[in-house]
Amino acid sequence: MNKKEWPLWEIFIRSKNGLNHKHVGSLHAADAEMAIENARDVYCRRNEGVSIWVVLSSQIVASDPDEADALYEPAKNKIYRHPTFYEIPKEVGHM
Amino acid sequence: MLSNEQLEKEFQAKIDAEIKIEPKDWMPDAYRKTLIRQISQHAHSEVVGMLPEGNWITRAPSLRSKVILLAKVQDEAGHGLYLYSAAETLGVDREELIEELHTGKAKYSSIFNYPTLTWADIGAIGWLVDGAAIANQVMLCRTSYGPYARAMVRICKEESFHQRQGYEIMMKMAQGTPEQRQMAQDALNRWWWPSLMMFGPPDDKSIHTAQSLKWKIKRQTNDELRQEFIDKTVKQAEFIGLTIPDPDLKWNEERQHYDYGPINWEEFYQVINGNGPCNRQRMRDRIKAHEEGAWVREAAIAYAEKKQAKKNAA
Repeated sequence: MNKKEWPLWEIFIRSKNGLNHKHVGSLHAADAEMAIENARDVYCRRNEGVSIWVVLSSQIVASDPDEADALYEPAKNKIYRHPTFYEIPKEVGHM
Repeated sequence: MLSNEQLEKEFQAKIDAEIKIEPKDWMPDAYRKTLIRQISQHAHSEVVGMLPEGNWITRAPSLRSKVILLAKVQDEAGHGLYLYSAAETLGVDREELIEELHTGKAKYSSIFNYPTLTWADIGAIGWLVDGAAIANQVMLCRTSYGPYARAMVRICKEESFHQRQGYEIMMKMAQGTPEQRQMAQDALNRWWWPSLMMFGPPDDKSIHTAQSLKWKIKRQTNDELRQEFIDKTVKQAEFIGLTIPDPDLKWNEERQHYDYGPINWEEFYQVINGNGPCNRQRMRDRIKAHEEGAWVREAAIAYAEKKQAKKNAA
């Protein structure tokens, strides 16, 4: 396996205008243009998308799941950020 | 640092709580290995599965059936890709997996080592082989490894078309001329038992089942899935007036399931071990396609590099 292989790309599809691009999977392609064409063929055979993003997998930087506790701790201990933290009398109506 | 024992305990707790495992999460080596083996075998089956059907693309009886079969075979290639991608999230390389298939180290579903002799076989494959695959794949939509489960959801959405188009072929032939009817029955006779074998050995002989159930890679046993498939399919055969080739097949009021005759497991192991009717032909065709496509892959890389160099110079 000393031959050069096509790099891996991560594929993101916008299923219709108004919605976010969403990760759907990955594929190998020689370059970005081919990645988009292949993504059309494998991830959009049944009108699943109106827009495609392709990103080299090697370019994605991800958080470490082992550090998840520390990373998300600040969000967990600030319950006053949630609307349900505040008691508003029923008479006030929906707020 | 947590001990391995502690990590494994936390891992199992996540599985028990129905929390999916994602690529970068800690997982036991054996879980990773089991998944790589199972997902790559599944991918290989999709790819090799294109060969028996490809046999009929140029001989499809109408333009309608030809474009449908082309679309179906293209789907199988796509399914292979979703699965290879899922396997690659576990840290294996696509080329390594393909190498394992071509050297015979990795297996694929034994069903694809049977020949497609008539057009009715294309109907039988869609109806029975894809039907059996769907029973397995619906279960796998709930498997514990996230990327595998997501690939399965995509695949299941597409498989339903495959089974319906197969059943339509069988229905048309069963209602056609006496010769066509005979071809449909003959295809059912030949594909029925191999389809039942697709679910794998009986539970008491299946070496991987217990651990796979504990890890929730599988959610049902081979025998449970097999029974589910039989119960569904018998009625479909009756509806088009075809006879399931099993004299012991009988509704069991008490079990609320069909009883069925003994499966020839000797044949199953013979086919798995390379002695089916088409094993050598399938691997020969697969390797030929891969080798003859090598120059295309190399040319695409050379072209991409040239384009990049031009862009950098500009």
